Amino acid sequence: MSNVIEKRIELKAPVSRVWRALTDYREFGEWFRVKLDGPFVPGQVSHGQITYPGYEHVKWEAVVQKLEPERLFSFTWHPYAVDPKMDYSKETPTLVEFRLEKIASGTLLLLTESGFDKIPSDRRLEAFRMNDGGWTQQMKNIEKHVAQTP
Amino acid sequence: MSHKRLSRIAAKRRPRALVFAALGDGTRLALVAKLCGGEPHSISQLTEGSKLTRQAITKHLRVLERAGFVRCVHAGRESRYEFDPEPIEGIKEYLDFVSAQWDQALARLKSFVEE
Repeated sequence: MSNVIEKRIELKAPVSRVWRALTDYREFGEWFRVKLDGPFVPGQVSHGQITYPGYEHVKWEAVVQKLEPERLFSFTWHPYAVDPKMDYSKETPTLVEFRLEKIASGTLLLLTESGFDKIPSDRRLEAFRMNDGGWTQQMKNIEKHVAQTP
Repeated sequence: MSHKRLSRIAAKRRPRALVFAALGDGTRLALVAKLCGGEPHSISQLTEGSKLTRQAITKHLRVLERAGFVRCVHAGRESRYEFDPEPIEGIKEYLDFVSAQWDQALARLKSFVEE
């Protein structure tokens, strides 16, 4: 079992265009709906304010990890940390990665978000399943939702 | 996304971290495997066949109890532990939620770069 969210999307635009939309802080803000204070710099915290209607009270905070031109953009954050009264800083952040690949129709974007804490490994889950035939539907459900096809 | 739903999910965040951490241990997974058949087990039954002491098993049961995976039920003088599948539903809901947010954000990115 994996603790990864994975999305693939084909974009009818050149890689250079998608790269700019992802890594130019103003363009990122347009589609993500956040007003960022300044450019993304690897190793530095990116601050901003969500502009999504109804969530303008929510702060954006992420630590930029990698900026490998037209290939990989990544940051760590606390996903949807929307409650201003809550201190999310003690939680382990998740890692968001955007990978770009040139395809005939434009760009293939692969998004992964990983690190939803310590989910048991494949091997453990396998052992688990063999140990007990009566394992419930709920575990199958979670497996379906978080498991990724290799 | 409705504000109410988002707040409800946000409120559940901390227990959820506990749920993930509770599952990230071989001994606790083995305990859950024993309990998920539905029958309540006593500490003696759960210690059987394990190299661990009753105290160690009890400690692991407490972690599972805090995460909401097991409930302690008292039968006479004996405590028995039973499985509660609710937190697993919680994880599924959370991952579904984050996943749905990405679907929306990527759809906005798509129209942004393709316009």
